[in-house]
Amino acid sequence: MNELLLDSPGEKMLMLGNEAIVRGAIEAGAAVATCYPGTPSSEIGDTFFKIQKESGIYFEYAINEMVALEVAAAAAIAGVRAMCSMKHVGVNVAADFLMSLAYEGVKGGFVLVSADDPSMFSSQNEQDNRMYGKFSGLPVLEPSSIAEAKEMARYAFDLSEMLKEPVILRTTTRINHSTGVISLGPIAGKNSQGSFPKEPLRNTLIPSVSTKLHKLLLANWEKAAGESDQSPYNFVSGEGKLGIITSGVSFNYVSDALQDLALTSRVSVLRIGFSHPLPDRLIKDFIAKCEKILVVEELEPYLEEGVKVKAQEIGSVIPIKGKGDGLFSRAYEFSPSMVRKVIASYFGVTCPTKEAVNIDIPNIPQRPPNLCAGCPHRATYAAMRQACGDEPIYTNDIGCYTLGVLPPLSMSDLSVCMGASIGMGSGMGTATGRKVVSFIGDSTFFHAGIPGLINALHNGHNQTVVIMDNGTTSMTGFQPDPGTAMENMGFNNLSVSIEALVNGIGVKHVTVVKPFKFKKTVEQIKEAIAFPGLSVIISREICPMYEKTFKKQEKRSYFVDHSKCKNHRVCLNTLACPAFYLEGEQVEIDEASCIGCTLCVQVCPENAIRLKKIGE
Amino acid sequence: MDMIRIVIVAVGGQGNLLASHLLGEAALAHEVPVQISEIHGMAQRGGVVESSILLGKAQSNIISPGEADILVGFEPLETLRAIGKCNKDSIVLSNTAPLPPFTVAIGMGVYPPVEETMNLIGAQVRKNIAFDASSLARQAGTLLSLNMVMLGALAGTGLIPISADMLKQTISEKTKKAFLEMNIKAFDLGYAVSAGAVH
Repeated sequence: MNELLLDSPGEKMLMLGNEAIVRGAIEAGAAVATCYPGTPSSEIGDTFFKIQKESGIYFEYAINEMVALEVAAAAAIAGVRAMCSMKHVGVNVAADFLMSLAYEGVKGGFVLVSADDPSMFSSQNEQDNRMYGKFSGLPVLEPSSIAEAKEMARYAFDLSEMLKEPVILRTTTRINHSTGVISLGPIAGKNSQGSFPKEPLRNTLIPSVSTKLHKLLLANWEKAAGESDQSPYNFVSGEGKLGIITSGVSFNYVSDALQDLALTSRVSVLRIGFSHPLPDRLIKDFIAKCEKILVVEELEPYLEEGVKVKAQEIGSVIPIKGKGDGLFSRAYEFSPSMVRKVIASYFGVTCPTKEAVNIDIPNIPQRPPNLCAGCPHRATYAAMRQACGDEPIYTNDIGCYTLGVLPPLSMSDLSVCMGASIGMGSGMGTATGRKVVSFIGDSTFFHAGIPGLINALHNGHNQTVVIMDNGTTSMTGFQPDPGTAMENMGFNNLSVSIEALVNGIGVKHVTVVKPFKFKKTVEQIKEAIAFPGLSVIISREICPMYEKTFKKQEKRSYFVDHSKCKNHRVCLNTLACPAFYLEGEQVEIDEASCIGCTLCVQVCPENAIRLKKIGE
Repeated sequence: MDMIRIVIVAVGGQGNLLASHLLGEAALAHEVPVQISEIHGMAQRGGVVESSILLGKAQSNIISPGEADILVGFEPLETLRAIGKCNKDSIVLSNTAPLPPFTVAIGMGVYPPVEETMNLIGAQVRKNIAFDASSLARQAGTLLSLNMVMLGALAGTGLIPISADMLKQTISEKTKKAFLEMNIKAFDLGYAVSAGAVH
C-alpha cells in the first residue's frame, strides 16, 4: 500500500509539502481531485495520480486549470468532496470560472490549492494569490509549515462545507517543495456518490439569479469573517507592546529571529493563517495592545493594508509598517537573516550576524539549464534555423522548449505565458509585416493554444505554427496531456490526434515532420514557410527522458573520428548539445551523455561523427 | 541539542535529493527535529540543485547566507558557488571531481583550477575536507553512489546528531535492495575520509 494511505493515526512520517496536502485531502475524505501541472504544485497531482486506483479517489490531469476547476467544482456542487491544484498563474486561467463559482457555491467541501512562487524559481511572475481571496470573496488559508499544510488541507474541506463556498489553500514554494514531519490523522470515510437535484433557477447564473447569489456570497463572507476571528489558525504568541503581524513561512523566520534576538518577552506576534477574510476583532485587539507594529509578509502588502484599515477604524495612530521605508521589499522571497535584520532595526536592538564567506572570484562559469542531450526540440530548432535563420520573428511558449531561447538556437524572441505564442505571433505579424513562426508544445497547445490557432486561421494571419509534440508534459515531470499514448502509463484513455484537430478546423497547409530526419525536415519547413497564410508544422518525436520511464532504450553513442574531423565545429556551434565537450581544441562526445539521436552526425560536413561499436 | 544547518549542492542527476531525503528519514527515526527544503531551478537536468537540511528546533526551513554549519558539495564549482552560505566556523565537504558545465565544455568559460579552488575555500572556513568522492563511488561499484559517499563523509565528521549505523539502517530500508551492498560500501568509503578529521 502507498504509505500516504496508511490508516494509523499518530504515526509520524516525513513528507514533501505537496504530499502533505494530498494526505490532508485523504484524511478529509476527498473523492475527486484534478489539476493542471505547474511548478511548484505538480507533485500534488502526481501523488493523486499514483494513488488513484488504490485509494478510489477519482483523479484527472485536465487540459488546463479552468477545466480542472470546472470538473472538480462540479463534483463538489453535487456534494462530493473535491480538490483542485495549480500554480499561481494557473489561477488566472481558471479565474473566469472561479469568480462566478463563488456565487454558485458548493455543497461538498471544495479546496482550490494555489501554489505561489515568490522569487520565481520556475515562473514567469510572482503574483500574490491572496488577492484572489479578496477579489472573489473566498476564504484563504495560508500554512506556515508542512505539518500545518496537512492540517489546513483537511480543515479546508470542513470550512468549505460549513460556508458552502470553495476555500483557497494558498501555499508558496517553500511549503510545496519542503519536507517536514507530519503526524497522521484518522481517515474519514469518503462519499463518492454525488447527487444534484435540479433547481435551474438557483444554479443557472442569469442576472436575476446572480443578483440573489451575490447577496448570498456577501452573507457567506460575513460568516467566514466570524470563523476567521475564532480560528485557531490565527493566534497570538509571545508578549510585549511591540507587535509583529505575519503569515505563511514568514512566521517561521520571525519566530527564529525573536529567539536569536532575545525578544520573545518584548514582542507579541499575531500569526494569521486564515488570511481572508482577516480576523477583525483579533487584529483590532492586537493593535490596541501594541505601541508599534511591523508586518512581515512576502510579496504584496496584503496584511499590511488590511491592518492599517482596521487601525483607522479604531482610531489608532500607532506606527504600522511593513513594505517600503528601508524595511521589506514587495519583490522576492524572504530569508531568516533578512527578517532578523529588519526586526532588529525596526525595534532598535542590535543584530548578531554571522559574516558570510566572501570569496571574490571573477567569472565563475554559470551552469544554465540546457535542452537535454538527444532532445528532439533541439533538432526542430536547428532545422528551423537552417531553413530560415533570423528572418522570421520567433514567438515561443512555456515548456522545456522555452530553453531554446539560449544561443546558438536562439529560437524565442518573445514568450509570455501558457498558450500565448500563437496569438502573439498573429499580432506581431500584423504589426510588423514580417513572417512570424510561433512554437508551442503539445501539452501547451491543448492547454490554451487551440483558440489562438483558430483565430489565426479565421483572421488570415501569415504565420507558421510549429507544434512540438514530444508526447508528454516534460517540464513538470511527464504528466500526460490529451495527445499522450496512455497505454504506456497503464490506462486506456483515448489519445487525441493533433493533426486531425488541426485539419479539422480547416488549416490548409499541415505538415508532420520527424525532426531527427534533419535534411528532410529543413525542406519541409521551407515549404511550410513559403506557404502564404497560416501553415502548421507538427514536429513529432517522443521525449527520450519520458520514453525511458516505460521502455528500455538501446544504449548507443557516437564519437568524433579525428582522422576526418576538420574542426569546423558545426556540431558544437549549431546544436550546443550537452554531450559535446572540448578536449584541447578538439570536439569530443561524452559517451555517458550521448543517447545516439544522430543529429550531429547529420549536420557534420565531413561525416566525422560515427557510431561507437560496443567495446570500441 | 544545538541547531545544525546543512546545505547540500549538486548538479541535477547527482542524487542530492535522495541524500537529503535519507538524512531526513534517519532524523525522523532518531527523533531529531528535521526540516528540508529544496530548489531545483527551472530544469532539473544539468542545472544546480540545492537543498537545505535543518536538524534541531528552528522553524525556518531555509538557510541564509553565512549560516550553514556544514556545506556538502557534490561538485567543486558548485561548492564554490555556494560558499556564501558558510562562515569562518563552517565545515565544508568537497568532492574534487569536476563536472564542467556546458558553458565550459564549449569554451565559453573557464573552469577554475580545482586545487586552487579548494585552497581558497579552505582558507575561509574552519575546515575544507576535499577528496575525490567520484572515484570512491566508482570504487564502490558505480558513480551513481556518489551521494552515499558524501552522506558517509557527512556522518564521519561526527557533527550531526545521527549515527552512521542509523543512517545505514535508513539506507537499507529506503533504497533499492539491488544497490544496497554498493551503497553501504560507498557510505563506508566516504565515512573513512572524514572520520577524525574534525576536532
